[in-house]
Amino acid sequence: MLEVMDLQAWYGKSHVLRGVTLRVGEGEIVSLLGRNGAGRSTTMKALMGELQVSGSALFRGQQILGLPSHEIAMRGIGCVPEHREIFPGLTVRQNLLLGIKPGQKASRWSLEDMFRLFPALGERADVPGGVLSGGEQQMLCICRALMGDPALLLVDEPTEGLAPQVVERVAQLLVEIASKGVAILLVEQKLGIALRISRRVYVMGRGQIVHEGTPAALLESDAVRREWLQV
Amino acid sequence: MADALIFATLNGLVTGMLLFMLASGVTLIFSMMGVLNFAHASFYMLGAYFAFAISQQIGFWPALLLAPMLVGVLGALVERYGLRQVHKSGQVAELVFTFGLAFLIEEAVQLFWGRATQDFRSPAALDFALFTLFGQDFPAWKGVMLCISVSIFIGLYFVLTRTRTGIIIQAAITHPQAVANLGHNVPRLFMVVFGAGSALAGLAGVIAGPVLTTFPGMASVLGSIVFVIVVIGGLGSLTGALVASLLIGLLQSWAIASGLGMADLLALLGVSFPPDHALRDLWRLTLPQVAPLLPYLLLVLILIFRPSGLFGKRES
Ligand SMILES: Nc1ncnc2c1ncn2[C@@H]1O[C@H](COP(=O)(O)OP(=O)(O)O)[C@@H](O)[C@H]1O
Ligand SMILES: [Mg+2]
Repeated sequence: MLEVMDLQAWYGKSHVLRGVTLRVGEGEIVSLLGRNGAGRSTTMKALMGELQVSGSALFRGQQILGLPSHEIAMRGIGCVPEHREIFPGLTVRQNLLLGIKPGQKASRWSLEDMFRLFPALGERADVPGGVLSGGEQQMLCICRALMGDPALLLVDEPTEGLAPQVVERVAQLLVEIASKGVAILLVEQKLGIALRISRRVYVMGRGQIVHEGTPAALLESDAVRREWLQV
Repeated sequence: MADALIFATLNGLVTGMLLFMLASGVTLIFSMMGVLNFAHASFYMLGAYFAFAISQQIGFWPALLLAPMLVGVLGALVERYGLRQVHKSGQVAELVFTFGLAFLIEEAVQLFWGRATQDFRSPAALDFALFTLFGQDFPAWKGVMLCISVSIFIGLYFVLTRTRTGIIIQAAITHPQAVANLGHNVPRLFMVVFGAGSALAGLAGVIAGPVLTTFPGMASVLGSIVFVIVVIGGLGSLTGALVASLLIGLLQSWAIASGLGMADLLALLGVSFPPDHALRDLWRLTLPQVAPLLPYLLLVLILIFRPSGLFGKRES
């Protein structure tokens, strides 16, 4: 589904991604782990066409590097950026409706599905997104991306700053999304839910992939965890 | 006194709403694209000149529609093939670009139409008094100006709050990248907003040209006031732009109508000067003479006491 090869990216003159190679299969949950500053968010931004890049990223066999962001989204990649960028002045409903793409016809997900999945969003459909709690904003952000019916969802640190029960809820939601055939590239810092729900994991450090394998293999590899993950 | 006040208020509203037609465009373009468009008033001038040229061929009413459309298309082209390229070189380059464009348009207008004031008039059918109050006439054309600008305001409000495009624009003001990541063509949206803003400026030019005179300096005269308004209202705030437009329009109009002199004002404060005082020229000034200075005076005061403007959020 997504084949990234030797992806490099720059912020102006600073060379941040120094060759990232990774793969996400159909309907798979894959995690991208690493410490703060490892380059995980930059990888997401590079894939969404936000940065100056080189290398290759094939999505369903087609090159997406070099396309404008909206074109990449139209091809079927959804993105939940870090810091939950909801539109604070717009209502919850307006936020969700903006997730529908121009000219979009059918979708796996409807507004009603979202409200059924998250009654809290339904109850507060007409309040400004800015007044929701952190956890609700996170759900809103994920649901907004789902409204566009992506085949691949990039999710950046969805559990950051959330209470344990809410983290659990996010994990359930991601599993449910994947069960509908949506592939997920999950960026996390803590191993927590990532190890539990992913099929494969990549570990990043200093702008490169430094380890790849199954969650079980990562659990056994103390050396990798010590060098690249523990803080 | 009451009659003067009513007329001054009506005239102030006409001017204020006209200013808002320009200030709203500058504000929207600034808050979406981060570009302070110094050429905005030049599109206003083009609106007047285009309408003048068209009205000579096929009459005023078609010109009222065609001229703003032409200006809008021109604005969209400027964004698409000018600003979008310059954007890559940074904000200073963009600012210089819009400055250059303003000069270019002024020179071009002089090249085609000369330096003289054009005889651009409102339709003769509207050369009557809409009503007469206390023996004073209120021209029908000013009524039309007010109707058009108020309708534009209502239309703008409706589009921004009730239509999908408007909601996408609102979202793109704060989070353009997030909007693009949802599949919306943000660069095209920028072009459309720039074009629509230019068209509004053009329309303002068409309706104001016959009243404020159509000459090559009309862009710089109004342009500087529009920038004062945008700063007073708070850069990027539409509410601020509306309030500041009306404030400037009304203040100027009241000042002109009051006919008060400095001496009267000072007398109100309990101060008086002997007629042969060294500063007598100063206190012989009248408010109508000072009126053109008022916007800039207000600008200086705002910058001192509330630098973010009336409705602006302080930059973090
Ligand atoms: N906007 C930016 N401009 C310049 N450097 C940046 C920017 N954002 C991130 N970086 C740098 O890029 C590196 C990777 O950052 P990031 O991708 O955000 O890491 P992660 O998401 O893994 O915590 C860091 O060294 C960070 O300082
Ligand atoms: Mg990050």
